[in-house]
Amino acid sequence: MELGIMDRAGWMEVCGVQDIPRQGARVVATAAHGEVAVFRALDDTVFALEDRCPHKGGPLSQGIVHGHAVTCPLHSWVIDLASGEAAAPDKGCARRIPVRVEGGRVLLAASRR
Amino acid sequence: MNMIPRQRQRLLVVGNGMAGMRTVENLLRLAPHRYDITVFGAEPHPNYDRIALSSVLAGEKSLEEIVINSRDWYAENGIRLIAGDPVVALDRAARTVTSASGLTLPYDRLLIATGSKPLAPPIPGLGLPGTCAFRDIADVETMIAAARSGRRAVVIGGGLLGLEAAWGLKRQGMSVALVHLMPTLLERQLDATAGTLLQRDLDGRGIAFFTNGQTEQILGSERAEGVRLADGREIPAELVVVAIGIRPNIDLARAAGLDVNRGIVVDDGLRTEDPDIFAVGECVEHRGQVFGLVAPLWEQAKVCAAQLAGDAAATYATPPLSTRLKITGVDVFSAGALAAADPADEEITFQDIARGIYRKLVLRGGKVAGVVMYGEVADAAWYFQLLREGTDIAAMRDTLILGRAVATAASGAAAPDPSAALAALPETAEICGCNGVCKGAITGAIADLRLTTLEAVRAHTKASASCGSCTGQVEGLLALALGGDYAKPAGEKPMCKCTPHGHDHVRREILARALRSIPAVMQELGWTRPEGCASCRPALNYYLLCAWPGEYEDDARSRFVNERMHANIQKDGTYSVIPRMWGGVTNAKELRAIAEVVERYGIPSVKVTGGQRIDLLGVRREQLPDVWRDLNAAGMVSGHGYGKALRTVKTCVGSEWCRFGTQDSTAMGVALERMTWGSWHPHKVKLAVSGCPRNCAEATIKDFGVVAVESGWELHVGGNAGIHLRGTDLLCKVSTPEEVLEYCGAFLQLYREEARYLERTAPWVERLGLEHVKARVVEDAESRRALHARFLHAQRFAQKDPWAERAAGADAGAFSTLVPAE
Repeated sequence: MELGIMDRAGWMEVCGVQDIPRQGARVVATAAHGEVAVFRALDDTVFALEDRCPHKGGPLSQGIVHGHAVTCPLHSWVIDLASGEAAAPDKGCARRIPVRVEGGRVLLAASRR
Repeated sequence: MNMIPRQRQRLLVVGNGMAGMRTVENLLRLAPHRYDITVFGAEPHPNYDRIALSSVLAGEKSLEEIVINSRDWYAENGIRLIAGDPVVALDRAARTVTSASGLTLPYDRLLIATGSKPLAPPIPGLGLPGTCAFRDIADVETMIAAARSGRRAVVIGGGLLGLEAAWGLKRQGMSVALVHLMPTLLERQLDATAGTLLQRDLDGRGIAFFTNGQTEQILGSERAEGVRLADGREIPAELVVVAIGIRPNIDLARAAGLDVNRGIVVDDGLRTEDPDIFAVGECVEHRGQVFGLVAPLWEQAKVCAAQLAGDAAATYATPPLSTRLKITGVDVFSAGALAAADPADEEITFQDIARGIYRKLVLRGGKVAGVVMYGEVADAAWYFQLLREGTDIAAMRDTLILGRAVATAASGAAAPDPSAALAALPETAEICGCNGVCKGAITGAIADLRLTTLEAVRAHTKASASCGSCTGQVEGLLALALGGDYAKPAGEKPMCKCTPHGHDHVRREILARALRSIPAVMQELGWTRPEGCASCRPALNYYLLCAWPGEYEDDARSRFVNERMHANIQKDGTYSVIPRMWGGVTNAKELRAIAEVVERYGIPSVKVTGGQRIDLLGVRREQLPDVWRDLNAAGMVSGHGYGKALRTVKTCVGSEWCRFGTQDSTAMGVALERMTWGSWHPHKVKLAVSGCPRNCAEATIKDFGVVAVESGWELHVGGNAGIHLRGTDLLCKVSTPEEVLEYCGAFLQLYREEARYLERTAPWVERLGLEHVKARVVEDAESRRALHARFLHAQRFAQKDPWAERAAGADAGAFSTLVPAE
């Protein structure tokens, strides 16, 4: 569902898009989702995943970002940033956290549904 | 009079250089049976690429690689080559020439291609041992020999030749000063802004400049000891190279009474006033103009060959000229007018000084009349074509300065896909500026001769055979013509799924095309995935760092987490911290500081490593900068235990304590670690120094191991105690600690430059062979010194403690955790 520009109910502000390096990530500690990795791709698209690789729990926030994917620093699983799915042949999914960008600010869903 | 008709006429060529021999090559194609050809050369060599002497001096090519036509080629084509015997007299009445050795030969047609001589200014002391010009193989040999025995060079002249000489000597490991009469460099090819940028860049590479500098005298009585300038400044040096320019070599023609001015006067058919005597190259003067660049020489060779083959209508006109500087990594291009010459002319400039990019176009009557480019020259060929063809640029005037992609897109043309752009080029577009080869000649040769390799295209068309900067375009034309049938040479395994190219090819192209960023490599070499992957990006980052020390800006986003965080990630996402302990030596102050850090930050585990240092395990990401700050305060720096980098130098106690020790292995190890710390490599690198052959430091399973013996030091290389155990190979034995350092730096630099990313020294040595390493590091002292010098140059930029930078606040976001405003 589309949300109005000013309607921030149910969302929490994390940082500005500029605070995340392109092809990089920042870690956000949240009560609702635990540690969240917020990624910014080279094309400035912002994604958020739980900061745990579905393989062995590696911090995805510390991986190398290429296109809309990140390579986990522990064992090089490649995780799709939009879906959280591991690239074949690996199987697994990192939990997606609803995220949106408004006026250059990054907002995460305030609660886990 | 000889009554027996001769079947063939006799063609004598005086001069075995590029212009003369290109004429002969063309002539053989046009009229293979018309002449018996004899060639006199003053130098004792076959025909070689004089332009590439700069690359030989810079250590990028060997003398063998720059030979254009081998002696076999002369034999196969029935040409008699008399090399090393200059022609000293021409008798036009008798139609004979006489050489220095007294050989007199008759001719029916004579081609004078005597080239040019270096300009020798009237400076006292010129001609002393230790002075030379930069003109031929003998000069290059003099310079390379001087670099071996001396440390300092002065180059006089800041034009193309002088700059290439200075850079080459720098690459040979000398410290170089350059004296130039004018206020800015290359003032005939560049405007003042570009000249100033060039000076800044070369200054950053360690060349000292004395502009507005008039050389008054070369110092020294037995041999050159330096130069004195008119303002009294003195520059000490063991080698003085005079490269202020050239003048046509017209001695033979003048003595024979031919019409000479600055050069030998020729008409549009390249004929002198004597109808049987032709002249081409740097020795001629055509319509008042003399020549120093290669493009017009090739055009002359074409026309002269046609004339000699009987085409009386062939006519020479000087093409528009362009200039490039052959200094690897310095991109300069200019053509046409350097500046607006009258009020109707317009200048458009673009500059991004921080990135070292500058571009100027001179417009005249809606057309491009001049181009000056510095730093980024990918669009040079396109601008030059607009200039040559007099294209009306009104429709793209607003965006013209932004380059081909933007300008053509803005004017409604197709998107700048490189292969589509190549396909769209007209047949007349020049691809190879050095040899004047247009697209049509290349595609024609590919089709007619069924060429399938780059080498074959080079051999048949000469395209990409000189400076090589058009290699990518020539490969692109091959790919367009052959489609899937075009296989890259080498057949090397691709780096990863993002590219068909192998590691070695990519490294060569980075240097050859002066690619300076990851996006530039990916764009130029046609990466299939625009951002690459976690496999190729760190490799490219390393290759660029190695190729352009001090210039390339490290891309943290392309570093594996450990090298980005400067700590080693553990299975639970925490990090380990290993401070450097030089040669494995520590003291109470350091140990106390470590103990305090462990307690203060609640670090759960402390472990002594195999590399004689202390590992603090379980440090949380947010704690890292504080831990580093406290370790820094006690004088400890990063141990790089996390990097594809110099890790440790393991030592035994040696002669200071051990009753068997023969040398001070600990001090040697500390000195090695001081020289090598902070260096980035294709993979991790470990060193060790043992004080006697009992080898307690286990030096013979290290990448570079040193074992002391009574008479000096044994140097061992290529060992590895990892997954595949491999003992070292003995490289050589040396006598002094200074030699240990030099050989070590040279070996590591060779590894840095030649190994593929993630290839340790053991498989690298096995792949290339110990003999190869010995040839570069042991047998060739000059190569060793140059390698060592390049290692030390790179270290100037690499030896910064990354912990101190981050403890002081750098990259703070990487270590902090954000808390949302809920």
